[in-house]
Amino acid sequence: MIELRSLSRRFGDRVAVDDLTLEVASGELLMLVGGSGSGKTTTLRLVNRLIEPTSGGVWIDGEDTRRLPAPLLRRRIGYCFQQVGLFPHLSVAQNVGITPSLLGWSAADTAARVDELLALVELDPAEFRERRPDELSGGQRQRVGLARALAARPRLMLLDEPFAALDPLTRENLQLAFQTLRRELALTGIFVTHDMTEALRLADRIAVLHEGRLVQVGTPAELVRAPADERVAELVRTPRRQVEALEALLGDRSP
Amino acid sequence: MREQLLLLPGYLTAHLQLVLLALAVGASVSVPLGIAVHRRPRLEPALLGTASAIQTVPGLALLAVMVPIFAGLGGLLAGTGIEVRGIGVLPALVALTLYSLLPILRNTVTGLAGVDPAVREAARGVGMTPRQALWRVELPLALPVIVAGVRTAAVWVVGTATLSTPIGATSLGNYIFSGLATRNDAAVIVGCVAAAATALGLDQLIRLLEAGVRTGRRAWWGGAVLVLGALVLYAALSFALARRDTAREGPVVIGAKAFTEQYLLAELLAGRIGDQTGAATLILPSLGSTVAFDSLVAGDLDVYVDYSGTIWATVMKRDAPARREDVLAEVERYLARAHGVVVASALGFENTYALAMRADRARELGVARISDLTPIAGELEIGGDYEFFARPEWRALADRYQLAFRERRSMDPSLMYGAVRAGEVDVISAFSTDGRIDAYDLVLLEDDRGVIPPYDAIVLASARLARERPEVLAALRGLAGAVDAATMRRMNREVDAEGRTPAEVAAAFLRERAERR
Repeated sequence: MIELRSLSRRFGDRVAVDDLTLEVASGELLMLVGGSGSGKTTTLRLVNRLIEPTSGGVWIDGEDTRRLPAPLLRRRIGYCFQQVGLFPHLSVAQNVGITPSLLGWSAADTAARVDELLALVELDPAEFRERRPDELSGGQRQRVGLARALAARPRLMLLDEPFAALDPLTRENLQLAFQTLRRELALTGIFVTHDMTEALRLADRIAVLHEGRLVQVGTPAELVRAPADERVAELVRTPRRQVEALEALLGDRSP
Repeated sequence: MREQLLLLPGYLTAHLQLVLLALAVGASVSVPLGIAVHRRPRLEPALLGTASAIQTVPGLALLAVMVPIFAGLGGLLAGTGIEVRGIGVLPALVALTLYSLLPILRNTVTGLAGVDPAVREAARGVGMTPRQALWRVELPLALPVIVAGVRTAAVWVVGTATLSTPIGATSLGNYIFSGLATRNDAAVIVGCVAAAATALGLDQLIRLLEAGVRTGRRAWWGGAVLVLGALVLYAALSFALARRDTAREGPVVIGAKAFTEQYLLAELLAGRIGDQTGAATLILPSLGSTVAFDSLVAGDLDVYVDYSGTIWATVMKRDAPARREDVLAEVERYLARAHGVVVASALGFENTYALAMRADRARELGVARISDLTPIAGELEIGGDYEFFARPEWRALADRYQLAFRERRSMDPSLMYGAVRAGEVDVISAFSTDGRIDAYDLVLLEDDRGVIPPYDAIVLASARLARERPEVLAALRGLAGAVDAATMRRMNREVDAEGRTPAEVAAAFLRERAERR
């Protein structure tokens, strides 16, 4: 279980995250949504201490995350982001095996784990193991990034718009793959997106942020049924509105 | 050409020694500095600014400025048993190291800054400590850029190292300086080709090393590491051995400035000392004029030949004309009193500055004396060696004879004579014993107002030599009056025009002298 307790972060005069209190239950996927500058990425980076809070803190399974040195904390948390950031000078296998190697796993254990993970993200280990990142497509890179985040068997995953830069077909494929994976591995996750369709499809619960403050948190159904304000209502309506607009357009064109 | 190539192993080894040690020290200083700058960008203006400022100092000047610095350091450490010399390998090494800093430092900073922010974020995200991120991600990714900086530095340092000859460090520059001064084209060509080949070879070796590391080709980087490692080891070993050798019973160190007569006289002194005392000698050729005197005073040089008028004008700052024997006596007294330097002997000839013209041109213009130039100087060009126009003799000449030439050109002394012969300049600042005066049919203009002081060639010995090695001093005293002006001019001509080496001509002189007795 992850607890964000009165979490705040300022950058100079600007308040990026303002007194945020949230809980994510074990095995639950919480989607963070909101417009640009709503503080969702900052919130995510506060959890694995890529950014340190100005006040408040984060507890994982009842333990204050500040008790560990930040690098050790991060080795226990999977982290995926839009640009992936594969190490260009390392092979796919070395990229995936990086956190195990930092944790001092044996070479044999790491190699076995790498093959297992490549299979899990549906990349043939024999074919992809020795490739370099520049020999991969965008979707393949994000799959490798996902495998790298999962390598050291983290219980917690942080994802920052991991699929936003992919073409629609690849995105849908990966969303499905991720959904299966996280259920299989019983992962706890915080997932940042600005795509409401993605949020509604994947979330156990959704937290809506605006200007660093929590506006509403609840299941997709709760948000649709009882939006806290006009902004949330507008937000959860967007997917349906788009579908209707599309149908109208296609309907006009059909004979 | 053959005899030049025989010198190659010694010169090349010395050159590689300087270059590799300077690069190794330079890289091991600049890469950590670059990392520090990358971590603390506030340091950047100060560090990169300093390195850039060093780089803008011309190579020769940077090397030259090390001489007084190290001589001063040597003075400070005099009582401690640590011996630091103002000339030689150490000051050259420090100057070259400073020269290598900028490209490596700048490229380290650039290379680290060029690492994709997403990759940096991922390195933190997977749980790397800052140190791990540096070694596992940032440095490997910046390596090609850093290595490019090392390659740039290597090429610069190989080139600049040729300029360490005038401050007493042997290098491929020995070929170039002595070749230019004694009109030995073969030496100049061998020196230039060897320096260029060294630069290219080193550049390719480092490139191979980097490409091997980047692409994981063990044969490439392994081979390059092997060759570079062997070279560095060899350079370091021979450096250490040479230091140890000189630390023991040292050879008598003889200096020579960068013109033919000086090479000849250095060989002559070496031969004389060897014949009379059996002591080992070492010649440091092609020294700058003030470098030679300062080094003698500091005790880094034991012996060299200077000229009474030079000491009179540039060291004692005297400009009133005086008689030959008076100048000699005063110089001797002054040197003993002010610096403990002993005038061992006056060789018996003068090599004075004199204005020279092509004989036919002088006839045509009706010029025989310097005062004849006064009314027509405005239509003429004068060429002088690098020092001449800054020397008090020139100021005195220009002043007393009211000489205002249309143009003044500074040039290498060895090219000056050719320039007046070809009519590119009308008048030059010749040396009166130069062999080319006869060979090129030049005439010396009479100094009819007695402005230029007398320039007796005198053998100067350091205070230490006079104190510790009286037998060597005695051998040098025996050379008093041994060389007259005609003999000196003939010997100069034999080197400049007939292609004999200074060592051959000096040996022949000593042999004939011994037979005459």
